[in-house]
Amino acid sequence: MQRPPTSQVSTYAAQRPGAKLAWIGQGFLALLAILVLYVLGRNLLINPSLFGQIVLSGLQLGFVYALIALGYTMVYGIVKLINFAHGDVFMVGAFVSYFAVTRFGLHVWPAAVVPNLAPGWVVVIGSLTVVLLSMIVCMSLAVTIERVAYKPLRDAPRIAALITAIGVSFFLEYFGALNFVFSPRFIPYQRPFEVVTWYIKDGIHMLKPGQQTPEGALTISNILIIIIVASLLVQVLLQFLVRRTKLGKAMRATSFDKPTARLMGINVDGVISFTFAVGAAFAGLGGVLYAIAYSSISTLSGILPGLKAFVAAVLGGIGSIPGAFIGALLMGQAEALTMGYISTPMRDAVAFTILIVVLLVRPTGILGEPEKEKA
Amino acid sequence: MDFNLGFLLISIFKIAIVLAYLYGLLTVLGHPSKKVKIGGVIAAFAIIQIALVPFGEFQVLADFDKGLLIQACTMTMVALGLNLIYGFNGQFSLGQWGFYGIGAYTAADITYRWTNGDARGLLVGGLAVTLIGLMIWLVAKLVRVFKGMPVLSQFTLYLMGTIVAGAIAVVVGNLVSPVFTPLLGTISAPGPLNNIVALQIVFLLAALIAGAFAAEVSFLFGLPVLTLGSDYFGIATLGFSIVVQTLMVNSDTILPFPEMKGGRGMIGIPKLDATIWFWAFLFLLLIIIVMRNMIYSSTGRAITSVREDEIAAKAMGIDVAYHKLLAFVIGSLFAGIGGAVYAHYIGFLSPGTFDFLVGFNPLIIIVFGGLGSMTGTIAASFGWMFFLEGLLRVLLGQMGTEAPTWRFVLYPITLLLLMLVRPQGLLGNVEWGFLKRPASPARPDRNAAVDVAASAGQ
Repeated sequence: MQRPPTSQVSTYAAQRPGAKLAWIGQGFLALLAILVLYVLGRNLLINPSLFGQIVLSGLQLGFVYALIALGYTMVYGIVKLINFAHGDVFMVGAFVSYFAVTRFGLHVWPAAVVPNLAPGWVVVIGSLTVVLLSMIVCMSLAVTIERVAYKPLRDAPRIAALITAIGVSFFLEYFGALNFVFSPRFIPYQRPFEVVTWYIKDGIHMLKPGQQTPEGALTISNILIIIIVASLLVQVLLQFLVRRTKLGKAMRATSFDKPTARLMGINVDGVISFTFAVGAAFAGLGGVLYAIAYSSISTLSGILPGLKAFVAAVLGGIGSIPGAFIGALLMGQAEALTMGYISTPMRDAVAFTILIVVLLVRPTGILGEPEKEKA
Repeated sequence: MDFNLGFLLISIFKIAIVLAYLYGLLTVLGHPSKKVKIGGVIAAFAIIQIALVPFGEFQVLADFDKGLLIQACTMTMVALGLNLIYGFNGQFSLGQWGFYGIGAYTAADITYRWTNGDARGLLVGGLAVTLIGLMIWLVAKLVRVFKGMPVLSQFTLYLMGTIVAGAIAVVVGNLVSPVFTPLLGTISAPGPLNNIVALQIVFLLAALIAGAFAAEVSFLFGLPVLTLGSDYFGIATLGFSIVVQTLMVNSDTILPFPEMKGGRGMIGIPKLDATIWFWAFLFLLLIIIVMRNMIYSSTGRAITSVREDEIAAKAMGIDVAYHKLLAFVIGSLFAGIGGAVYAHYIGFLSPGTFDFLVGFNPLIIIVFGGLGSMTGTIAASFGWMFFLEGLLRVLLGQMGTEAPTWRFVLYPITLLLLMLVRPQGLLGNVEWGFLKRPASPARPDRNAAVDVAASAGQ
C-alpha cells in the first residue's frame, strides 16, 4: 500500500464526510451570538444612559477582577497550581485596610505628624499608606502559605497541592470567621476618603451632597477612576517586570522549564515565592479597592470574586498577563449586563456559561497558547 | 473546660466499628458461594437495623448516627462516581456536586408532587428521561454515519433532540396526568394510590429517573467539554456546578418550579423514615457491585488505560472520547441516585447544600482514600463523615456556638497534615475483599506457556 504524501496526511481528517457538517455547530454559536447582540442592541437603543451606566459599573468590576486575576494567572503559569486561597488573600487585604482605617485611623496619620499639611495631601498619603500596608500583609501571608503548605508538596502529585490549596482557603475563611478574628458577619466598610461623583449631561458637573442625579445623565465616581488608574498602572508595571527585568526573565524561564532553569543558576524557589508575593500584593490592592467600591466585607465574600477572577484568567488564556486583563474586563461586563438586564442572582450562571462557551471555541482561552501535546 | 475524652473514644470506636462492618460486608461479597453472599448481605442489613433499635435505655447507634450513616452512604455513592471519573479515568471533574444536586432536586420534585396529588412530576419526568434517552440513541446512530463530525456540531444535534424530546414529554405527560388525579386525591384526603407502599415504588422510580436525568445532562455537558485538557475540564465542570446552583436559587423565578421555592429551600419532601436505610443500603450495594464489575471488565480496563496514557490507548484501538464520556455519564448516574436518597432522608433541600465549596468534599474524600481505590473511597467516605461530626460534637462541649467555625479551622489543618504525610492517599491502590482484582482463571499459567513453546520448538 502506498503511503499518502505528508501534506495529504494532515488534511486527511478534514476530508472525512462529517467534517463538512461543521456549519451546524458554528451556526448554533452564531445564532447564540446574534441573540445576545440583539438583546444588547435593543437595550442600548431603548435607554442609552442606563446602558452606559451598566457598562461603567461593569468596567469597575472588571478592573478589580483584573487585579485579582493577575495573581492567579502568574501562579498557574509558574507552578501549574490553581491557588484557591488567592481569593481569601484578597479578602484579607480588604480586612487589613478595614482595621487600619476604622480601628487605628491610619489614613489620617500625616495630619497628626505634620499639622499644617493640606487636607488633600493628608488623604492621598494616608490612603496610600493603608493600601501599602494591605499589600505588604498580603505579600507576607502569601509567602508564608507558599513556604508552609505548597513548597513541601512540589514533587507530590498535583492533586495533593490542589487539595492543600482548598484546605488553606477553608482555613483562611473560617479562621477569619472566628469572633476574635474578623467575625462571620458582613461589616460595613469605612472608606479612607470621601466619594465624589460627577455626572455627564451637557458637560461635566459635580454632584452636590443630597442632589438627585438628573434624568438621562451618566455618573462617574472618583472610585471608578482610581480603580481604572490603579489597575492600568499595575498592568504596565507587571508587563515591565516580566518583559524587561532580569527577575522577569527568571520567572519566564522557571515557568517554561523548572529543572533547566535550576541548572542555569536560577533560584527557582525564590522565583516562585516572588511570584506568589507579587500576585498577593496586587490581590491586596484589589481587596482594598473592592472594599472601597462595594463597602461591605465578610470573610466568606472573597470566594466568589476570587473564583470569578480565576475564571477571567482562564478566559483570557491562563499564564498570559494581558489575557487575564481582557478576560477580567469581559467578565465584568458580562456580570454587569446580566445584573442590569436579566436578574442579579443569574450573574454567576451567565459568567460561567460564557466561560464554558469560550473554552469550547478556544480551548486555551482568548490569548492562550495552544496546549502542548503530551509526549 | 472539661475535655470530653469518653465521647472522643466512643466516636473513634464507632468509626472503627463501621469500617470493620464494611470490611466484613466486602469480604462476604467476595465469597464464591452465592448463598454466603446473599446471607451476608441480609445479615449486614440486619446488624444495622438491630443497632438502630433502642433496647430500653441502651441504643448502639443513636438517631444522629443513623443520619450520619445514611449521609455517609450517599456520600459514598457520589465519591465512587467521582472516583470513576477522576481516579479511574483521569478526568479532573469538580462538577460532581452539580449532578448530585440535579438528582436530589429531580427526585424530590417527583415525590413531592405525587404526595400533593399531582402525578405530572412522575409522568413527565419518566417520559422525558425515556424519550431523551431514545433521542440520544437515535442521534448517536445518525452521528455515526458522518464520521469525523466536529464535536460542537454533534452537541448541537443532541441538544435539539433533547429539547424536542423534552417538549413532547411535557405535552404528553400533561395530557395523561388527569387520569391519575382522582386516584391520588389531595393532601387532606389521599386517594388509593397515595399511600406509603405506593410512595416506596414512586421513590424507587424517582431515584432511577433522577439518576438517568443526571446521566443525560452529564452526557450533553460532557460531550463537548470532555474535549478540553485536564485543568480546563476541571474549571468548566466547576462552572457547571455553579450554574446548577444558581439555577436552583432561581428555580421559582426563572425556572417554572414554584414548589422548589428558590433560595429559601424546598420543604415538604416526603421523608422515608422507616425505609430510607433500606434504600440507601440497597443503592450503595448495587453501585459498589456495578462499579466493581465494570472496573474489572474490558470496558473498565479501557477506562483505566485512558487515564494512564491517552495516546497509547488510542494506538491500542481504544475509543478515547467514548470511554471518557462513558465514565463521566456513569459517575454522574451514581451521583444522581445518591442525591435522590439524600433528598428523601433529609426532607429539605436548599441551594446552600449544593454550593461548590461543599462540592470539594467528594474530591477530598477520594484523594484521602486513594485515587483509583474503591475500598479507599468507601472507607474514606464513612470515616470522613464520622470524623467531621465527631469533631463537631467534641468541639461543641468546648466552644459552644462557635464550634462549627472551629471545626472548619481544625479540619483544614488535618487536611494539610495528611497531605504532607501521605500525598498518595491513605490506601493508595490497595483493594480489599470483594473489591480485589479477581484472579482470571482463563489466563494460562506463564510457565505452562513456556513449556508449550519449548515443546513446540523441539
